[in-house]
This record gives sequence, structure tokens and C-alpha cells, in this order.
Amino acid sequence: MHIFANPARFLTIARPLTPWLGWIGALLIVAGSIGGLFITPPDYLQGDSVRILYIHVPAAWLGMAGWSGIAAASLMQLVWRHPLASVAARAMALPGGLFTAICLASGSIWGRPTWGTWWEWDGRLTSMLILLFLYIGYGALTSATSGRQSGDRIAAIYGIVGAVNLPIIHYSVLWWNTLHQGQSIGLTSSKIAPSMLWPLPLTMLGFTLLFVAIVLMRMRAALAEGKVEARLRRLANA
Amino acid sequence: MSPLAHIVRRDLSLAFGQGGALLPLVFFMLVATLYPFAVGPDATIMGRTGGGVLWMAALLAALLPIDRLVLPDAEAGVLDQYVVRGLADEAVASAKIIAHWLSFGPPLMIAVLPAAGLLRLDGVVVMRIELGLAIGTPGLAALALATASLTAGVRGAGALAGLLMLPLAIPLLIFGAGSLAPGGSGAIKLLAATSLLLVAGAPFAAGAALRAMRE
Repeated sequence: MHIFANPARFLTIARPLTPWLGWIGALLIVAGSIGGLFITPPDYLQGDSVRILYIHVPAAWLGMAGWSGIAAASLMQLVWRHPLASVAARAMALPGGLFTAICLASGSIWGRPTWGTWWEWDGRLTSMLILLFLYIGYGALTSATSGRQSGDRIAAIYGIVGAVNLPIIHYSVLWWNTLHQGQSIGLTSSKIAPSMLWPLPLTMLGFTLLFVAIVLMRMRAALAEGKVEARLRRLANA
Repeated sequence: MSPLAHIVRRDLSLAFGQGGALLPLVFFMLVATLYPFAVGPDATIMGRTGGGVLWMAALLAALLPIDRLVLPDAEAGVLDQYVVRGLADEAVASAKIIAHWLSFGPPLMIAVLPAAGLLRLDGVVVMRIELGLAIGTPGLAALALATASLTAGVRGAGALAGLLMLPLAIPLLIFGAGSLAPGGSGAIKLLAATSLLLVAGAPFAAGAALRAMRE
């Protein structure tokens, strides 16, 4: 990670990487969506509404992975003072929050036909909603403190504190076993039939690559903005 | 007198001397007064839901003191004096949490009594609220001080503080209000665990924020 301490070196790698990640991600999403919408059989109980799975699960994963990334970057910033860590944490906040919102919205649309309700005060749903509020709070904090060294560190502290919610989300289906189903997919085993499961890894990987591409784009934009500001300041002083 | 005891005494005399400690209580009473206007003064509805309303009012009242906890001391250079004296930021934060709880927790528990009268709660529920607040307000005070340290010196701190603090305070509300239900002793234990976690973690978050502010 310390190789990227030099923003110029980071940019030489990030610039060519962004379109590759973005386009491969988009292709995988299209392939997974076609598979999920047209090829897999409908569920014997839920019918066609089960196809929301292929959007809902990647969105939930990226919502949680986004805050994990914020927490990891915040830790790197506080411990090693890595110069790109705060840029990365800020860049992950918007897409992470967006995917959390997509997860909640798609889950709500899915819940209406299968559970008979738009919303239920279930542990998993509630903790995910709290994550969305944490993202909004983090976004407000970073925009209110932008451009100051101390502001970066304050946002980093909040990024680490907010990570206490992540294990709560993960274990919520075990602690409060109400309506949301438990974990049915793991890295090695799965309770979903293979004929319905195969598009899911495609969309998960696709959305993940897209997420990384968006984060890289936002980081490059932030670095460019910093460069412009520094140049304007030099011009004003000259 | 040890320096930390001095901080506690100073913060307490400031809180009660300038009336800052009174404001959240008045606000708390006001929210309790608004509720019957909103749902109608029906004794059964108020009796069933009033306990949760008081918990929510306590959470909202905890937001009010945030802007006077850290910012005035930071602006006046008092915090810098503590550093020069060799006090750790975490120790200063702990002392400030103790002082803030003393000026917030027990007065709030007294204010619950007239508020419960307004909402016509019965004695059993009032006892459960008092027990829950005795356990939960230290966590609430610790969270308020950590939020105050994070937002001191940030523009628009008032609105931001609510946005930052309330999501983290939701577990206190869930378990606090949950303890009012019959058989809520499990919720009381979870409330105690949450409160303990906040009290244990807040000095470190607040201390790191105070250090960051000086840079």
C-alpha cells in the first residue's frame, strides 16, 4: 500500500485501470442480468419476484463493503498517515451509501409480494437503515470539514466508530430471527439451487468492479481538484 | 485536588451556573407536553405509549447540550492549558463525560416524574423508566461528549451533531424502550451492555478528536 503513497504513481496505475474495471464490470452486470431475468427458472414459491436477488444481494454486499473500506482507509490514515487514505475514504462514501439505498429499496420492493409488507422492523432491515443514516452523516461531516487536515482526521474517527454497526448487520439474522432469512450463501456452500444461483456471482463481481471503478474515478477527481486549487493559490500569490 | 476532579468541578459549576443544564430539562418537559396534543389526551393510549415517548424525548434532549460541551473550552484555550499541564486527551474526555452525566442524568431522572404525571403513566412504568435511564444516560452522555468533540470547530455543527449522534444512539432507545415491555429484563441487560460499550469507547474517540482539532 505504501507504493501508492505517491499520488503521481497512483494515478499512472489508476488512470488505465478505471475503464477496464468499469467496462468489464458493466459487461458482467449485463450478462448476469440477462441470465437472471430470462434464463434461470422462476422460484416455485416466489415466482418471478426472486429475480430481485441478483440486484439486492450485490447492493447489500457493497453497502457493507463500502463502510468496511471506509473504516480500513480511516485506520490507515490515523495510524500511518497515508496521504491517499482520506481521499479513498471520502470517495467510497457516496457509492457505498447509494448501494445501501438500492439494497433497502430493492428489498422493500421484494418484500411487498413475498412478505406482504413494504417494511418490517426486523433486525437486518433496521441495522441496514442505520447504516444508510451513518453514510449520510459521514457525507455531511466530510463536506463540512473538507479542505482541512484536522477535518480529515475527524472524519476518519467517525468512519472507525461507525464500523461497530457492521457486525450487528451481519449477525442480526441470528440474534433477532424474525422475517429476513438467515445466511444462505457462503464461499464454499450454498442453500440456493445451482440452476438459480449462477448469475449471482456474475452480478456480484460486476457491481464490485463497477464500485471500484467509481471509487477510482472519484479519487482521481479529488486529486485533480486539489491540484487545481494548489495552482490557483500559486497564481494568486504570484 | 487532582486535575481531573478539578475539571469535573469546573464543568459542573459552568453547567449549573450558566443554566446550560436546565435547558435540556425544559425541552424534555416540552416534548412530553406536545405528545398529548398530537395524539389526543386519551389515558389508555398515553399509558401504553408514553414510556417510549419519554425515552425518545430523552434522546432528543441529549442533543441540546452538545454545542456547549467542548467548543467554548476549545475557543478559550482551556483545552490547550490541559495539554500543557500534561493531561492526556482521553483523561480530559473522561472527566468531561463524568461532569456531563452529573449535570444531565440525575436531573433528567427527576424531570421524568412530572413528565410521567402529564402522560398519566402508572408507577410500575415510571420505575422501569427510571431504572433504564439510570443505566442508559451514562452511555448517552458519553456519546454526546464524543459527538461534541468531533463537531467542535466544524461549521454547521448543530444540525450535524444530530445526524452523527442519533444513529449511534438508536440501540439505547431500542433497549431502553424495550425494557418497558413486560418481561423486559433481557432488554435491561442489553441496555447496560450498550451503555457500557459507549462509556468505554467514547473517551478514546473523543480524545482522538481533541488531538485532531489541535493540528
